[in-house]
Amino acid sequence: MPDNDRADVLEVTSLRKEFGGLVAVDDVSFRVPEAGSLAIVGESGSGKTTIARMIVGLERPSGGSISACGQDRSRPARSLADRRRRGREVQIVFQDPYTSLDPRQTAEGAIDEVLRLHHGWPADRRRARVAELTGLVGLDERQSRALPRALSGGQRQRVAIARALAAQPRILILDESVAALDVSIQAQVLNLLADIRDETGVSYILISHDLAVVRQLTDTTIVLRRGQVVEHGPTGRVLDEPQHAYTRLLRDCVPRPGWKPARQLAQASAEQSTADKEAPRE
Amino acid sequence: MNGPLLAVDGLTVRLEVRGERRPVLRDVALTVREGEALGLVGESGSGKSMTARAIDRLLPRGAEVDGSIRFDGRDVHTLSGADLRRYRNQVAMIFQDPRAHVNPVRRIGDYMTEALRTNLGTPAAAAANRASDMLSQVGIDGGARRLRQYPHELSGGMLQRVMIAAALLTEPRLLLADEPTTALDVTTQAEVMAILDGLRREFGLAMLFITHDLELAAAICDRTAVMYAGQIVEVRESGRLHDDPLHPYTAALAAARPDITRAAGRLRAIPGRPLSAFEAPPGECAFAPRCPHAQDACRAGVPPLSELDGGLSRCVRAHELRGKLGEPANA
Repeated sequence: MPDNDRADVLEVTSLRKEFGGLVAVDDVSFRVPEAGSLAIVGESGSGKTTIARMIVGLERPSGGSISACGQDRSRPARSLADRRRRGREVQIVFQDPYTSLDPRQTAEGAIDEVLRLHHGWPADRRRARVAELTGLVGLDERQSRALPRALSGGQRQRVAIARALAAQPRILILDESVAALDVSIQAQVLNLLADIRDETGVSYILISHDLAVVRQLTDTTIVLRRGQVVEHGPTGRVLDEPQHAYTRLLRDCVPRPGWKPARQLAQASAEQSTADKEAPRE
Repeated sequence: MNGPLLAVDGLTVRLEVRGERRPVLRDVALTVREGEALGLVGESGSGKSMTARAIDRLLPRGAEVDGSIRFDGRDVHTLSGADLRRYRNQVAMIFQDPRAHVNPVRRIGDYMTEALRTNLGTPAAAAANRASDMLSQVGIDGGARRLRQYPHELSGGMLQRVMIAAALLTEPRLLLADEPTTALDVTTQAEVMAILDGLRREFGLAMLFITHDLELAAAICDRTAVMYAGQIVEVRESGRLHDDPLHPYTAALAAARPDITRAAGRLRAIPGRPLSAFEAPPGECAFAPRCPHAQDACRAGVPPLSELDGGLSRCVRAHELRGKLGEPANA
């Protein structure tokens, strides 16, 4: 899809984040148009989650600017109303479906809370919307009334997606949101995300190390290495004809029919591996 | 020796969950020949890790085990004391999360040489030398210094290479690798797989490689077994698994995975969710409720694991579906 004729809902310019002396994000710029989807690809420690945290306001940028729906959000919100508006504009779904929900809150309760907070609707309207959202993500009545502990990982992730959508965000950040799911469930959730984009015009920022998932869901990709963008372009082009050696390395490391793990790949990545310090995932 | 190195037959395991006996494995049968790599693929709850645990005699207390596990012709169930320790030296295990399986307050050297010193009586200095040599084999230099380090000082990829080196130190004949690269970055995964694959071939080690990743199993294993709901549903030569599967579940699993070379309009998702062994409908094919090819015959009884074209399939329609299961293009 051409991005040119659609307005940008997110504009990130020369974004920078330092932790002490360490530069985690270094001069990163990108735009996301309405109903567009951008993948941020990179390995542990590349800075991709830090970028997401700055966009939602969990970290404060050391430099550069973030503008969502035309409003600057590189500085902390100055009022409760401002904070709520930001929450409405951008929502995030985290990787681990087992720790991202309140264990004492049912799926319905979690969605209802967001509706009450952001829209202040009366109870009957909220009830109708809760039913709509749980239906959209494919939760049945029993699952909607269940506490998270009674749900599987895939079902919990659907609750997290429905909860994020309840705010009617313009931008949904998916931070490795399908990485922990079984293959057969992952396919269901990816199809669901495509349907939701078609229906609501929401934009996605997909943070992922899984290039096949990136191909399936996004139209633009940036490849991040040690906080810097090494490649930026249409997803198909980046994966089919990678220009940067690091993008080629990432692609060549993906197992596929006839793939043989080679130590040359290993050597190219040896320096990278000593830097992986994020917690193990999946 | 002509028989397989490892032969599992009719393995059924039940665990007590809230006062109820629930099956986790049902009639699992597999063989691993000397020096062969067998992949064991499945989704959560399929029983793949439990199979490895049963083989290494690491099942939880109170587990009820039927069927036989034979290693080098000996019945594994009856081993105890020194025999069991000797068996575990020959069958080494590597886990998904190295950090959860290493004592964080003990040095790398203590961890690596423990089995050598306590089970094989190797003197400490000689054990340390061997550990240091093995570290260089898995691509970690400065072995003597590494042995004095603590686990938190190493990255995840490096710690997993330490686990592999430690597992190889007792000169095992069979390696049980349970998702050893799932928690690692892709480039680190390629590196660890290259090391594991290379050393396995060099030492003539057999391996049972457990993963959720069909492509990874196919790439590094000679044969691949697919598990669903506590049963093995297909065993096939890895090279043919993707294009010519013998069981509808294998075909569905391959088709559900997005493709790095092209975006599909819609993925062919499998309806419903994977079942655990205890949830599977009794007396019928466990995959039937989600299977696009299910017919009355599939619900008439639990299909046996039958031979077909050099592989095994637990599908009553395997013959007639032959050649029609290969990956259908995503719409």
